[in-house]
Amino acid sequence: MWRYILKRCFMTIPVLIGATFMVFTIMHFAPGDPARIILGADATEAALESLRYELGINDPFLVRYGKYMVNLVHGDMGTSYRNGQSVTTLIMGRLNNTISLAMAGILFAIVVGIPVGIISAIKQYSSLDNVTMFITLFLTAMPTFWLALILVIVFSVNLGWFPASGMGRTLGAFWVSLILPTLTLGSGFAALIARTTRASVLDVVRQDYIDMARAKGLSENAVIWRHMLKNALIPIVTVIGLNFGVLLGGSVLTESIFSWPGVGRFVVESISFKDTPAVLGCVVTLAILFTFVNLIVDLLYAFLDPRIKSQYRSVWPRGGASK
Amino acid sequence: MNPKTSPATSRARTPFEQSLKQFLKNKMAVAGLVTVLLLFGVALATIVVDLATDNAFYNNHIIEQDLMHRLAKPSMKHLFGCDEFGRDLFLRILWGTKYSLFIGIGAIILSLLLGAPFGMIAGYYGGRIDNLIMRFMDIILAVPFMLLAMAIVAALGTSTPNLLIALSVSGIARFARIARASVMTVKDNEFVEAARAIGAGDAEILLKYILPNALSPNLVQVSLGVGNSILMVAGLSYLGLGVQPPHPEWGTILTSAKIYMRDAWHISVFPGAFLVVAVIAFNLFGDGLRDALDPKLKK
Repeated sequence: MWRYILKRCFMTIPVLIGATFMVFTIMHFAPGDPARIILGADATEAALESLRYELGINDPFLVRYGKYMVNLVHGDMGTSYRNGQSVTTLIMGRLNNTISLAMAGILFAIVVGIPVGIISAIKQYSSLDNVTMFITLFLTAMPTFWLALILVIVFSVNLGWFPASGMGRTLGAFWVSLILPTLTLGSGFAALIARTTRASVLDVVRQDYIDMARAKGLSENAVIWRHMLKNALIPIVTVIGLNFGVLLGGSVLTESIFSWPGVGRFVVESISFKDTPAVLGCVVTLAILFTFVNLIVDLLYAFLDPRIKSQYRSVWPRGGASK
Repeated sequence: MNPKTSPATSRARTPFEQSLKQFLKNKMAVAGLVTVLLLFGVALATIVVDLATDNAFYNNHIIEQDLMHRLAKPSMKHLFGCDEFGRDLFLRILWGTKYSLFIGIGAIILSLLLGAPFGMIAGYYGGRIDNLIMRFMDIILAVPFMLLAMAIVAALGTSTPNLLIALSVSGIARFARIARASVMTVKDNEFVEAARAIGAGDAEILLKYILPNALSPNLVQVSLGVGNSILMVAGLSYLGLGVQPPHPEWGTILTSAKIYMRDAWHISVFPGAFLVVAVIAFNLFGDGLRDALDPKLKK
């Protein structure tokens, strides 16, 4: 098991290097002269040139990437063009807001999605099942930002229960202000999890090993918990892991709409200010976060399905589990 | 064959007829298809009107501001009300259809065309080439789709073609994976061996023998992906990174909705409702297509 975990951890390193290289290359093409953006329109050519030298803009591309990576490993993502602050500080001040919103969204989706899916599967083709499946179909097709608008119109403008935007400063206000963004971010995900759970449970129920477990006299509880749910969980974990990236993307929209002070809103602001180091820093940070979540999901697989783990004992993996 | 089908249907059929029949039996999928066709009808109609009137109608009714009717509520004259510049929301939504539809579908098809060849080569040759290509795809997948698209738009600048490029590049890896998997299931078949025995080259085998047989999972993925793609177009436009105002893309219309939601709920509700209907229609159609083409269900 430890060897598998270690191997899987090492596999993330080339992926991270490649991902940062890709994003760095893309952002390299960002228009505008950084020196001009920082110093403004009426800067002298000499001042521009000395700043360009200072920023290392005239260095060859690979040298710049190398320097960036060395700094990145030391936790330095450069300085923002907008206000000269350290990008690392700017992002770190916002990252926990993004993570708490993402965690709240996932938790909501899991806590609602899995039970709804199980109930739907048990009561297959009942009117309850039909209604839930219709609602989930609707929710998976709903644009995040539209759902947010509707929620704000209903719960903030008309009912006045929750704030329409911003993050509460006191603990109580924080939880209240977290509710609408969480619903926005988590609803589509909850619907997806509910649909996957339903399909997965229906699939598992028909397997021979369930009949076998019953035949050997296990209690119904043991059949459901130990044989049914554990096996049904694998596709559910897959869906949660695969869609974590979608959730991070959704958090960009959700944070922008609710003025939630997270990395997602920061990246949108930075794009409009042509603040390349900040954009680069945000994308790299979220990609690292995403990669680690994928790592955790892969490790969870091995825990849930011993067959996957044994695959890794014999041969070097060829992406079998990272599907 | 399903024992319930009448004797007339048990005649030998081509796979296409079987799939078509399977698809038509699925009422939700047919409803999805009908809605998709309706949306195409609307999009084409607006294009025809623009061509016929040399954009005069577009400029006078979709772009031209009429501040007298600013934020007008829905009425018989303005079915969905008016936006913050007094433009008829119903017409703007109709004219916005083509953006969602064509950018959404275009991005997915471009992703397929860019990604599938890599996946096919990886799946066909295996070994080191496979490893190299798929590790590269892992790298693309390591950056969340939406963020990658945003980074590309940020680097290239905001415009409709750049939006298309950003979305299609971000989607490459998904299609490479699907194409690779479908080629791997096909390539060990006897007809591939037979083709090789009669002296066909790699390119010929891939294009003439494997491609047609590995196509359907990719087509299903295209139809299932369109819904998401439409949502991405709208989302990026909403953030100001996609189709730019005053063009009436649905997400772009919604950009101003939040500012006016206290006075004009209709600006929030209607464009979003059209988005939801379009996405559901494509998803239902895609689900139906998947079920109809899945050989496991064709018993």
